[in-house]
Amino acid sequence: MNMNRRETLKSLLLAPLAAGAAATAGCASGARVSWTELPREYSYGRTEAEQQRDRELFAESWFSEHELVTIAVLCDIILPSDHANGGALDAGLPDFVEFIVKDRENLKLPVRGGIAWLDSYAVNEFGADFVNIDEPQRLAICDRIAWTDVEDPVLRPGIRFFSLMRDLTLTGYYTTEQGLLDLGYQGNVANVWDGVPAEVLARHGLQYEPEWLDKCVDQSRRDIIATWDDEMNLTS
Amino acid sequence: MSSSEQYDAIVVGSGAGGGMATWRLAQAGLRVALVEAGPWYDPADDSQRTQFRYPWESPRRGASTRLRPFGDFNACIGGWELDGEPFTTAPDTDFMWWRARMLGGRTNHWGRISLRFGPLDFKRSDVDGLGDNWPIGYEDVKPYYDQVDKLIGVFGTNEGLPNDPDGYFLPPPKPRLHELYYIRGARKAGVPVYPSRLSILTKRINNDRGICVYCRQCSRACALHADFSSSMVLIYPAVATGRVDVFTNTMVRKVDTGADGRATGVSCIDRGNRRELRINGRSVVLAASACGSARILLNSISARHSSGLGNSSGHVGRYLHDSTGASRAAFLPELMDRDIYNEDGVGGMHVYTPWWLEGANLDFARGYHLEIGGGMGMPSYGFGFAANQYNEFLGQRVGGYGNGLRDDVRRFYGSRLSIACRGESVPQYGNYCELDPSVVDEWGIPVLRFNYRWTDQEINQARHMQDTMEELLEASGGILLGSKPGPERQYGLTQPGEIIHEVGTTRMGDDPATSVTNRYGQLHDADNVFVADAGTFVSQADKNPTWTILSLAWRTSDYIIEQMRQRNL
Repeated sequence: MNMNRRETLKSLLLAPLAAGAAATAGCASGARVSWTELPREYSYGRTEAEQQRDRELFAESWFSEHELVTIAVLCDIILPSDHANGGALDAGLPDFVEFIVKDRENLKLPVRGGIAWLDSYAVNEFGADFVNIDEPQRLAICDRIAWTDVEDPVLRPGIRFFSLMRDLTLTGYYTTEQGLLDLGYQGNVANVWDGVPAEVLARHGLQYEPEWLDKCVDQSRRDIIATWDDEMNLTS
Repeated sequence: MSSSEQYDAIVVGSGAGGGMATWRLAQAGLRVALVEAGPWYDPADDSQRTQFRYPWESPRRGASTRLRPFGDFNACIGGWELDGEPFTTAPDTDFMWWRARMLGGRTNHWGRISLRFGPLDFKRSDVDGLGDNWPIGYEDVKPYYDQVDKLIGVFGTNEGLPNDPDGYFLPPPKPRLHELYYIRGARKAGVPVYPSRLSILTKRINNDRGICVYCRQCSRACALHADFSSSMVLIYPAVATGRVDVFTNTMVRKVDTGADGRATGVSCIDRGNRRELRINGRSVVLAASACGSARILLNSISARHSSGLGNSSGHVGRYLHDSTGASRAAFLPELMDRDIYNEDGVGGMHVYTPWWLEGANLDFARGYHLEIGGGMGMPSYGFGFAANQYNEFLGQRVGGYGNGLRDDVRRFYGSRLSIACRGESVPQYGNYCELDPSVVDEWGIPVLRFNYRWTDQEINQARHMQDTMEELLEASGGILLGSKPGPERQYGLTQPGEIIHEVGTTRMGDDPATSVTNRYGQLHDADNVFVADAGTFVSQADKNPTWTILSLAWRTSDYIIEQMRQRNL
């Protein structure tokens, strides 16, 4: 597979970014979040109008640095990097989330508002913004908003936001090279499909109907030019 | 500016109908001008290629955009909305209109499902007393279906079904695993299921085109030219004759007519430099899509054709109709924790169910077929959303975070089975498109205004679809997802236009008072103007229209050639 990606690291200091009066109180001073930076130029059959649109999106600033760091911290919690196939930060998730939110207007408000809700909740519970409380405190909040069956009206906006971030993190990860590796995806290559492998059929207790199989393509003859008799029977 | 040449034929639009007309007329030795509103296109050109791209090659991972509503890697340039080219709807109408702006038109995105209409499909009025019969029958079109099968290639099987005719088929691919579950379920429910019929080359058809390499990406256009799109199969060979001039990025505004009422050429605008262009010819073949061609005719107003060309009957734009549609999905627990292997297969279903209740006593007329979906597709934007939602069915919690999510994603990968129904609606005089008197597009051409409402026939049919899909998904071992739409949502019936099978706006008939063209697609009102798209359809069967568009366009082209030979044109 061809991974056209620069392996540069983007670093942001957590502490100075959270400048709000109350938010600085419990800041984890010196903590850093870094992630793999994704390319900003693509070439895959675009029209002029599409290229223009993407240039504008990349040039647009939508998130503050504080918001971006919060996204990075959340992505890292959802899919951590302590795994052989890498995690969200290795897969450049903050860059992907930033782009896709700018691209899809209906995501802008939920993500911005979600971050604001999370900070407000963190300040009330632990006295600082989400990124400036300590890790056990962050995970304590996540434990409350990560499950969709929790019926607490106070937490409802947080649950919705966390679900959205989980969706974006997983979709962003599983559409990278690491993600396809993690999944074990085998497709997107030229091949000759000749049916479900026999051992898989056996495991499912299924078999092809013989009359059906008789009608299917004989892959050993696929390169022979098709001819028919006048009765519509294939003769080659 | 005016073309110096007097072409034998000017073909407007390069989709299925326009491509076929161009190929056939050029092959017969005529000089052809092919006019296309969008750019030249070839998926084998790497700068236009989206096939075999990995999701990360797009910054949005293949998500849809307004410019590519079917996803960032879809081949079709165009969509539900075009910048500078709006359309309008009457207050009680929710019409959707997909337009392509590229060589090959909408053959660049279609599902390659290639079904012949059957004998009953041309004579539906005889069957149910609704609407009108076609002036022609299956036996008139069959020789052309046969030729199209052999020229273009379609896989399928001869099953001897009365209204789903046999053909000159290439052999079909073997079913995938989820399709075997569907076959088993359908057998249990007593519903027939057969290999699908798609215009994809499972076997070599000639030395110019490749053979399918099973990447499941027909919707991205095939660089090997191993499936059908108009550009690669018809237009490139037509251009190779040296008798075709292709005018790309050229938008036709009207057909010009002389004092005798006959066409003399077309007036266009070059979209690149906004200059007016006139192309002269001794015949005009409209294939700009059913609604696109109706619009051109309605805008071709002259002293002789005061309500638009071909519209003395007032029928241009009338009887607009689209296929019905509804869909449902299920979770198959037996497909959890699958073995993962490459099962991409062809760019569509390997099995399908044609309409099986002809003649049954139902509360709606006409039928529908079932299209089967599922499998271990390539992830793109949206993959991983609600990753472990099926935990609900396993008594486990939904949500969470951490590396356990990886196991959930793998566990449920490829465990979904879906069905989409496509049915026949009953054409209505009161469903139509017309020129909006107060809105023009950026080229100064009046835009279309749509008037369309479903009737109880379609709504009742959708209710039946929902019952069928539930029965079959459960018989296949599925746990139904989502809720069953009821009357408040018209049973999940798609919007008019949404299935992109809109037909009927210039329907054929023997009576000039109730039809726009004769049985050869020739305008009753101007004998050198023809329609070669789905506008001529009297009724749209539950079959996808492309194979019939191709066959009728070939038939119309043969008629043009013969009329020219006899010096009637």
